[in-house]
Amino acid sequence: MTLSDQVLDHLRAVAGEPEIDGRYEILDEIARGGMGTVYRALDRELGREVALKVSSRPGAATDAEGRLLREARVLARLEHPGLVPVHDVGTLPDGRLFYAMKRVRGSRLDLHFAAEPSIPARLRTFERICETVAFAHAHGVIHRDLKPENVMVGPFGEVLVLDWGVARVRDEGAPPPPAPQDGAPAPGRTAHGTVLGTPGYMAPEQARGEVDRTDERTDVYALGAILYYLLTDAVPPSSGPAEPARRRNPSVPRPLESICAKALADDPDARYPAVQGLSADVSAFLSGRPVTAHREGPLEWTARQALRYRTPLVLIAAYLVMRVALILWRP
Amino acid sequence: MPAPSAEPAAGPFPRTRHSVLEAVRAGDEPGRREAFGALAAAYWKPVYKYVRLRWRRAPPDAEDLTQGFFAAAFEKGFFERFDPSRGRFRTYLRTCLDGFASKERAAARAQKRGGAALHLSLDFGVAEGELRSAPPAPDADLDLYFHREWVRALFEQAVARLRARCVETGRTTPFAVFERYDLDRESDAPTYAELGRELGLPVTQVTNHLSAMRRELRRHLFETLRELCASEDEFRQEARLVLGREP
Repeated sequence: MTLSDQVLDHLRAVAGEPEIDGRYEILDEIARGGMGTVYRALDRELGREVALKVSSRPGAATDAEGRLLREARVLARLEHPGLVPVHDVGTLPDGRLFYAMKRVRGSRLDLHFAAEPSIPARLRTFERICETVAFAHAHGVIHRDLKPENVMVGPFGEVLVLDWGVARVRDEGAPPPPAPQDGAPAPGRTAHGTVLGTPGYMAPEQARGEVDRTDERTDVYALGAILYYLLTDAVPPSSGPAEPARRRNPSVPRPLESICAKALADDPDARYPAVQGLSADVSAFLSGRPVTAHREGPLEWTARQALRYRTPLVLIAAYLVMRVALILWRP
Repeated sequence: MPAPSAEPAAGPFPRTRHSVLEAVRAGDEPGRREAFGALAAAYWKPVYKYVRLRWRRAPPDAEDLTQGFFAAAFEKGFFERFDPSRGRFRTYLRTCLDGFASKERAAARAQKRGGAALHLSLDFGVAEGELRSAPPAPDADLDLYFHREWVRALFEQAVARLRARCVETGRTTPFAVFERYDLDRESDAPTYAELGRELGLPVTQVTNHLSAMRRELRRHLFETLRELCASEDEFRQEARLVLGREP
């Protein structure tokens, strides 16, 4: 008996599938991570495709189970177009926990950016991410693991913020420390002194394991890192100050560099106090208005005004040119 | 005493779910020999292929070295010295193999001596054929390659067990569904309806058989894996690496 690579991979996938009888039928695997595996499944009762997230080890007391349940609960309490709705939560016959959610279609933010070179277009996507995160903050939920891999962009530009398994809910106590995950990168819940998150996107206070200091500004830092990535196609360093965005990409406008620097400040007090502030500055930049993070000089002011009012200025200039031409041409 | 066979379906495996590593240590000769047969069944193909690639041995040399390695392990008690607290058994086995292969003369002597103590019935032609038909990339990481081949051997054993069990219990139709849908992947997999027409079964029966066979395959995999691990902790870790889940 010889199993080819193709058959072996197929058998590994089907043998690892959860044993589900009844409502759901597993179709194939979508993704695998430290917390569990996401499958494309058919909901037989409603006749629609869903995504099933299944924890990788049984036992409700395990960290992966706790995080999965936590994520399902967080998503269930937040209803927003930028968040994936949860349809069902349950336990498999083998004891593992799962939840069913809307099947998400689209591409990951980093892949979306790779296919979208226009900075204004990228910034509009970024604004939608900010809106979703701001909504979660308004409901007391801090994501704590924002990064391009955790954001999906749909075919019509809609944004979905995923992976809320390490989120902190303000009115709940500090979550227990996570158990190490085999072969999985670090993201996980955070207890005091336990460093979890994703290097490059993790705020300094989070990197130091200072759970009590993680708040909305922790997500502001991560959004600043996403903005930095959006502008330079590079991830900020995991420690120490990030190189100014314009040094990596000289075409980045100075106001955007300043917005980035403010969001990525080491000291949480020096950052935007809320995501709305960051988002408002990005919107101001896009519409040619001054941004709070940047003090502009007279030349910059003039250039911005010229850019902002370029259409009426061009019309006035064209009118004046025509008038002069008519005067000169008149016999 | 007949030579232990390492062919998966030939039935040399211990019938309990205990670790074969415990049986190797247990001391009684028949049990120890049987346990060695089980270990060899899981590891001989990865060992042979690894020797061919890592130690660049020609097929006859690699065959001798593979036989010699298991013989020396049996004679000198390599596997009895494994300490589960220091890592995985398969990593330990590969370290032993590297040490053994690096001592060429000792390996040859051990092979001659060990040949009398333990000679396995191994079909090296099959392993060589697999190596030739699907060689790894020239720059492949041989540690990962060894692991992959070990996983392949594990699945081959589990499928062989499943097949033997189905034949034993007269469940040829469920196995035929599994074989056609999950093992015959060279061409596009048939739809459930096509498979149902082919085998004269309703679609629901096809999906039920497939689901039952996969469940049973999973059980055989976990059993085989449990036998090859020295501790519950190692078993759970290996299960997560192989299947991405625990039993």
